[in-house]
Amino acid sequence: MTSRFESIFLFVVARAMVPLIQVFAFYVITHGHYSPGGGFQGGVMLAASIILLRISLGEESYDRFPREAGIVIGGFGALAFALLGFASMAFGGNFLEYALAVPGMGAEELRYWGIFFAEVFIGFLVWGALVAIYDALESGGVE
Amino acid sequence: MKLFAMILIGILASFVIWGTHDLPERGDPQSPANLGVSTYYIENAYIDSETPNMVTAVLADYRGFDTFGEAVVVVAAALSSLLILLRRRRREDGSEGGLFSEVDAQKAGPDPSTSPSGGAP
Amino acid sequence: MIGQLDFWLMLILVMFAILALEVRDLLAAVGVLTGFSFLMALLFAELGAPDVALTEAALGAGLTGVFLLLALVFVDRKSED
Repeated sequence: MTSRFESIFLFVVARAMVPLIQVFAFYVITHGHYSPGGGFQGGVMLAASIILLRISLGEESYDRFPREAGIVIGGFGALAFALLGFASMAFGGNFLEYALAVPGMGAEELRYWGIFFAEVFIGFLVWGALVAIYDALESGGVE
Repeated sequence: MKLFAMILIGILASFVIWGTHDLPERGDPQSPANLGVSTYYIENAYIDSETPNMVTAVLADYRGFDTFGEAVVVVAAALSSLLILLRRRRREDGSEGGLFSEVDAQKAGPDPSTSPSGGAP
Repeated sequence: MIGQLDFWLMLILVMFAILALEVRDLLAAVGVLTGFSFLMALLFAELGAPDVALTEAALGAGLTGVFLLLALVFVDRKSED
């Protein structure tokens, strides 16, 4: 986009904030069973951390998180979520019923872990998709 | 014209506020929204999936297909914004660049090797 | 007490909405809209829906403002209306 604003304070504070935001985002995703939160909210926070990198570091952030990676991560999340749904159909259940045949697990525990992986995949999906939207908007389009 | 719009909005707002008097009280257990399947969720969410947060159990388990559609809409928005903003021309030698190659080429300025008017006169 | 908090929050919310429509500078409009989303998240949390409040705070008060600011780079900053 345009040239970035050169400021050592912005640079240092953004560099220090990004890992903290990402740790809190992973907490929100994986702790969705017990507290408010889940895939959508945590994915938005992950996307916000990447966008903070983009704003503060400018071109340098393309080395750390390439622009092509956004839609790849988003597509991976969507595909994995769909495969999780179809996997329970392969074992004779309904779509996303988590009726997998994993040995040593009761139906309740299976649904617990099914919800967990669904939330993780939704987190990946929202993360990648929002970063991809930001990168597409930031590029200004092709004339 | 602006005054007319303001009056119209005022009439509409008064109708909406009037309509809220027929809504049930907040947290009313006898309201139609609480008489359907939601009592089953409240009673059985922890028994069925060992998840204390009922909202997560409803979102990802009982109503998983809704969540799936909701999530696919986000990916579709990302894909369509990429497709609209980053459309690529077919190059003359038939090669394909990366996703953002046209944007990078525009930022770097006109490339003398591919522009038709380039080269020595 | 809680009912009074509801009342004042909703009143300030309506004032923010009118302000976001009326202000001429689009940068200020984005700021006011972000404040509107933050108050909305507060109202959701107070009404007993922390999940929705978290979504509203992350999406409405966080990313929507960034996207609108990004769009503002490419257009004129003053509103003609």
